[in-house]
Amino acid sequence: MNMNALDQLYREVILDHHRHPRGRHRLHQVDVEASGLNPSCGDEVTLQLELDGDRIRDVAVDGRGCAVSTASGSILAELVTGLTIPEARRIAEHFKQVMHGEEIPDEVDLGDLEALTGVRKFPVRVKCALLPWITLLDAALTDAENRPAEPVNTEEEGS
Amino acid sequence: MRGKVTAEDSAAAWKGVADRFPALRRTVNAHRLVYLDTAATAQKPDAVISAEKSYYEESNANVHRGIHTLAEEATAAYENCRKRAGELVGAPSPSSVVITRNATAALNMVARGLEHTLREGDEILLTEMEHHANLVPWIMLARRTGVVLKHIPITDGGLLDLGKLPELIGPRTRLVSLVHVSNVLGTINPVAEVAEAAHRAGALVVVDAAQGVGHMPVAMEELGADVLVYSAHKCYGPMGLGFLVAQPGLLEEMEPMEGGGEMINEVFLDRATWAEPPHKFEAGTPNVAAAAAFPPALDLLESLGLDAVRRHEEELVAHALQTLATLDGLVVYGPHDPKLRGGLVAFHDPEVHPHDMATLLDQAGVAVRAGHHCAQPLHRRLGVVATTRASFGIYSTKDDIDALAEGIRFARRYFSP
Repeated sequence: MNMNALDQLYREVILDHHRHPRGRHRLHQVDVEASGLNPSCGDEVTLQLELDGDRIRDVAVDGRGCAVSTASGSILAELVTGLTIPEARRIAEHFKQVMHGEEIPDEVDLGDLEALTGVRKFPVRVKCALLPWITLLDAALTDAENRPAEPVNTEEEGS
Repeated sequence: MRGKVTAEDSAAAWKGVADRFPALRRTVNAHRLVYLDTAATAQKPDAVISAEKSYYEESNANVHRGIHTLAEEATAAYENCRKRAGELVGAPSPSSVVITRNATAALNMVARGLEHTLREGDEILLTEMEHHANLVPWIMLARRTGVVLKHIPITDGGLLDLGKLPELIGPRTRLVSLVHVSNVLGTINPVAEVAEAAHRAGALVVVDAAQGVGHMPVAMEELGADVLVYSAHKCYGPMGLGFLVAQPGLLEEMEPMEGGGEMINEVFLDRATWAEPPHKFEAGTPNVAAAAAFPPALDLLESLGLDAVRRHEEELVAHALQTLATLDGLVVYGPHDPKLRGGLVAFHDPEVHPHDMATLLDQAGVAVRAGHHCAQPLHRRLGVVATTRASFGIYSTKDDIDALAEGIRFARRYFSP
C-alpha cells in the first residue's frame, strides 16, 4: 500500500472534516440556495447561505459525496462563515486556481483548505474537491437574476 | 462459432491465458495490477496488439476504393472482420452486419434509422436497468417524434419484473430495446421471453449485448433479437469498433444516419441514391486497423471455448459473492444466484464512498470502476448515487477477488473513526 500518496490525499484534517462535517445544521433564514452536481460520479451538494447585507452570517451544507467533497464542503462552511461576499469569492477563485495548478497555495490564507491541495496529485479527484466551491462561485454568489435554474455542473467548469 | 473446440484443446489454451495480456504484467503503485474493470473495457491480448501494428506496417490503405494490392488487403481484412463479428453472434449473413464506432453508435443508428417509421404516440419499451447508451438515443427520438417511452421496472432482487409485461406491451408498442447483461446488476435478462411478447404485439426487438458477447455464447436467433449491438473492445478486441447486426429486411428499411463517401450508389449535385446495406450505413473512412485486429481476439475466444469462458466467469462471480458476503454491511446488487449473472459485481459500502474506495484500491494495484456506470436511473432506483464495480474476464482469478476483498478491508480500516 502506497501510504505516502494516500496520506497526502486524505490528510488527517480532511478525514476529520469527513467524519464530522461542519455546516450540517438548519439556518434561521435561507437567503440563497444553490445546488451543484458532479455528473461523472453523481455526487451532489446543496449550499444555503444566510446573509446580513453583504456578509455571510451562516452556511449550511447538504449532499452526498466522497470523503474529499464532503470535507471540502465542511471546510467551506467553516471558512466562509462571517466573510463578506467579495472575500468568499476571492478564496473560492484562488482555491480553484490552485487546484488547476495555476497558482501557488500560500498567496491567500486557505486555512484547512490547504490540506486539500494534495488532491492535485489525483487529477480525477480534483472535481470532488471543487464541487462545493464552484457551487458557491457559480450559483450561490451570483446575483439572483443570473443564478442558474439547474444545478451547477462540474463538467462545465473550465478545467 | 466456427469449428468445435475439444476439451483438451480448450484446457491447453486456458493454460497461461493471462500471460497473453501484456498490460497485466505491469505494476501499479508498486503492486501487481489486479484488473477488475473488464466491463468498462477488456485488456488486449498480444495477438490483437500485433495485428493492429502489422496492419499499419504492411497493409495500410483505404478500403473499397483503391485498385492496388494494399487496398485489396485492407478491404479483405475489413470484410473478414465483418464476417467473423457476425458469426460470433449468429448473424444471418455478413451483409447483415454494419461496422460502427462502438455499440452506442449502433444504438443511435437504429433510433435514427427507424425514426421515419414511427409516429407520435407510438410506444417504445425499455427497461429501468439500461445503460445511458440505450436510454438517451430513445429520449432524443421521443423529443423529435413524440413517441412515448415506457420502462419495464426491476424487482428488489435485480430482475426484470416480467409480471408487468402484459400491461406494458400493447398495440402501440413498436419497439422493445433492452440490455442482455446489466452492466451494474450483472443480471442476464430473459431476452427471449421478452422478445416473444414483443413479437406477439408486432414490435421489433433490439438487444444491447455489449456485456454479454465474448463472455458467454450469444446467438441472436435464440434471443429473438431483430437487432443486436455490441462492441469489440469489451471482448478483448480493439477500441473504436462496434457492430449492428440485423435480421434480413431491417437494414433495407432503416434510413442512414450519416451521409458521405462510401455510403452512396450515385451522387448528383442535388440528389443521391444510397448503396445497399450494410454499406449505406458506413459513410467515410472506417477504423480499418481495428477491424484487422479483432479476428485474433475471436481466435483466442474460440480456442478457449465460449462455454468454458462462461463457466470461468460464473465461478469467479460465485467466489466474489461469497467473499463479499463476509464483509459486514456491504450491499451487493443484483441476483444472488451466479447462474443468473454475468461476470461483474457492483456493491455499496455504507462506510466508504465508491470514489474513496476506488482510490484506495488503486493504491493497492486493484483497478475497479466507481460511479454510476452510465446508469443513473438504475442507481436512483437502487437509492444510491454511485456504486463500486468489479468485473472479470478470461484472465481474472480468484486471487484477484481476494485482493479486492483485502483492499476493501483496508479501506474500511483507513476511514474508520
